[in-house]
Amino acid sequence: MATQINKQLGDNVFLTTLDAAASWGRANSLWPMPFATACCGIELMSTAASKHDLSRFGSEVMRFSPRQCDLMIVAGRVVMKMLPVLQRIWLQMPEPKWCISMGACACSGGVFDTYAVVQGIDRFMPVDVYIPGCPPRPEQLIRGIIDLQEKIQKGGTINAREFKLRILPEGPPRFDEDELIRIRERNGFKLDDPTYDPVH
Amino acid sequence: MTTETPKPSSVEIDAVKVTLADSLVGVALEWSEFRDQYRVVFPATELLKCLNAFKSAGFEQLSDLTAVDLLEYSNATDRFEIVYCLLNVDTGLRMIAKTYLNEPDLTIPSATSVWSGADWLEREVYDMYGILFSGHPNFKRLLLPQEFQSFPMRKDYPVKGRGERHNFPVITRAES
Amino acid sequence: MPLELLESPDLNANQREGLWTLNFGPQHPATHTTLRLVLQLDGEMVIDAEPDIGFLHSGFEKLGEVLDFNQYVTIVDRMNYISPMANEIAWHHAVEKLLGIDLTPRCKYIRTIFAELMRIHDHLLCLGTCVLDLGGATAFMYAFNEREAIYEICERASGQRFHTSYTRVGGLLYDVTDDWVTMVRDFVRNFPKVYRDFSGLLMKNRIFVERTRDVGVLSREEAIAGGATGPVARASGVVRDLRRDEPYLAYEDFDFDVCASQGGDCYARFQVRMMEMLESIKIIEQAVENIPAGPIFAAGTGKESMPDKREVYRSIEGLIHHFESVMPNRQMQAPKESVYAATESPNGELGYYIVGDGSFRAYRARTRPPSLLHFSLFSRMMRGCMLSDVVAVLGSINIIAAELDR
Repeated sequence: MATQINKQLGDNVFLTTLDAAASWGRANSLWPMPFATACCGIELMSTAASKHDLSRFGSEVMRFSPRQCDLMIVAGRVVMKMLPVLQRIWLQMPEPKWCISMGACACSGGVFDTYAVVQGIDRFMPVDVYIPGCPPRPEQLIRGIIDLQEKIQKGGTINAREFKLRILPEGPPRFDEDELIRIRERNGFKLDDPTYDPVH
Repeated sequence: MTTETPKPSSVEIDAVKVTLADSLVGVALEWSEFRDQYRVVFPATELLKCLNAFKSAGFEQLSDLTAVDLLEYSNATDRFEIVYCLLNVDTGLRMIAKTYLNEPDLTIPSATSVWSGADWLEREVYDMYGILFSGHPNFKRLLLPQEFQSFPMRKDYPVKGRGERHNFPVITRAES
Repeated sequence: MPLELLESPDLNANQREGLWTLNFGPQHPATHTTLRLVLQLDGEMVIDAEPDIGFLHSGFEKLGEVLDFNQYVTIVDRMNYISPMANEIAWHHAVEKLLGIDLTPRCKYIRTIFAELMRIHDHLLCLGTCVLDLGGATAFMYAFNEREAIYEICERASGQRFHTSYTRVGGLLYDVTDDWVTMVRDFVRNFPKVYRDFSGLLMKNRIFVERTRDVGVLSREEAIAGGATGPVARASGVVRDLRRDEPYLAYEDFDFDVCASQGGDCYARFQVRMMEMLESIKIIEQAVENIPAGPIFAAGTGKESMPDKREVYRSIEGLIHHFESVMPNRQMQAPKESVYAATESPNGELGYYIVGDGSFRAYRARTRPPSLLHFSLFSRMMRGCMLSDVVAVLGSINIIAAELDR
């Protein structure tokens, strides 16, 4: 409906107030979907439980069905076998949606620089807020959610135009040591070559 | 609620040694001891016979089954070591049984007929080391994706992998 | 439904016609973490449940071959993340067995207290979240309130509330202080009251009892052959507890009972976990009042263990000692032997098979995860149960995906 109004009236009407109203509503009624894979999931539970009580910040209605949620909290490392699942669940969520990458493993792979762990989910899907820590304390998660609420209130639009502008996944540049290893292997360096060091 | 279980001792392992010597005539068993742990090396050719004999000697539980890749181990003569950690539930006696395996034929009989707990442990060993267990009821990879090509716990596989972890489509904001 | 379907898991195509397949997980609230089940259903009856795991396989054991004995403790922490310190204690127990180090009495007592706190920690989460999945949110809140108290005790000792990385080869990161002792005493004093409330919400809750009794039965023979240990085995009548049968740390000094049950069903497993919490409190109570004085690091030639942090900062000898203990060419050398050592972790027998190659790192660091063997028994427990029982059985065997997949 919002797009229809836009079409008819063109540029003659400013929707700032409506945007702000919608963003205010969205920011204060986030429905998180906990995509909890590992340790951070337990801290996510702690955050929702008695002592830290996430419901004070308007986002305690955890829903496990992606169709009912607008905030995905990826808590814990994501590995090769899990990443297609994560992407599929992200695509199932209705717009507008946001993603919090909770913990060092989801942000960058953390201590698990191994063959199986994806080195940061932001390489393969969009992320809005990163929370550092291994695992982050519940206070840090709450801070992350407050930051996301601010982000939504400041930049949110009623028809989610802001997402269309962002076409690339955010995050650090995607060239790293592993890329170098693969280039070396492509150029014919072999493992049994004594000068070849696959780790360094 | 509680029952008293006697502590394992060298007397018990001596009894086991005698029993095994009777049941495994002609099979060369090599015993050793380190920090109160009893270890026996048995030939891979007589694997099932040995395992059945171990079970009859009282080791009802297979605590653990694993493998070690001895590629970079100094003075090692064999490539793979298969380790069976056995436990006698009643007396608490433990025994570590080992056998060695070399390329190219990495097939040994499955222990699932002896201890049902070997099921997933053998699948994991195959997943990580590529050792084949013949006669296993449901033999496929356990942990890694079925289409995965390498055996990551082998010593010639790099810690960071060969780029498998980067091989996924990227979802952008505009697409989602 | 026809009974012969239950008897024979290998059905032919004709019999399979009426069945339907349900995919449970990998992202499902009741799996707590990530695991997948492919269920064969006849109406609501589960005919076959095939687990598919590996959704959290992160190469722990490969990292164990790269990091040294002290560094790897940060990785084992993340294995069973609902009782992190239990993993550390198990790992360093195995390492110390390989290196032949005898701990000091003080270190043994502190580790014992932490091991038992972790048992309570683990059982609280197991019971709390399972009852949450079965429809009761109150017990979950009670459980987490008590867990926060344990987090604070961990934080006071190590500086981190969750992944403490507190143990070191032959000792501990820091010595504990007097207010830590006070905190543990407070916890011991307060816990029985909370336990009564918690127990009332759980074991006297008719809905909970009816949903768990006679569900997911595991017989004694299956438990032994399948490699079940810990509460799962004890609930099936296998009275075995490594704390009593192969005493490690300071368990020989304390008086406690091994809790077991004959039922073998989910209710029995929960009952064993509930009783074990009280026994743990008993051990902590005895230990905290009798912590011996003395050093926390094992004495020796000096290379076995890290020096006291105060000495590192204040004396040149301490600094040299510290450098030597972290430099790969000056570190202690492990014998070229292999060793298997296990401890009674909250979930069962958590063992490590370590192969030393003459350096201060493991050539092979194999974990024997209790969850893996318990989960391989899952399809046997599930046969003949209803779809809604899947959640109860999953909760009762307390599957931790990071430990399962490593």
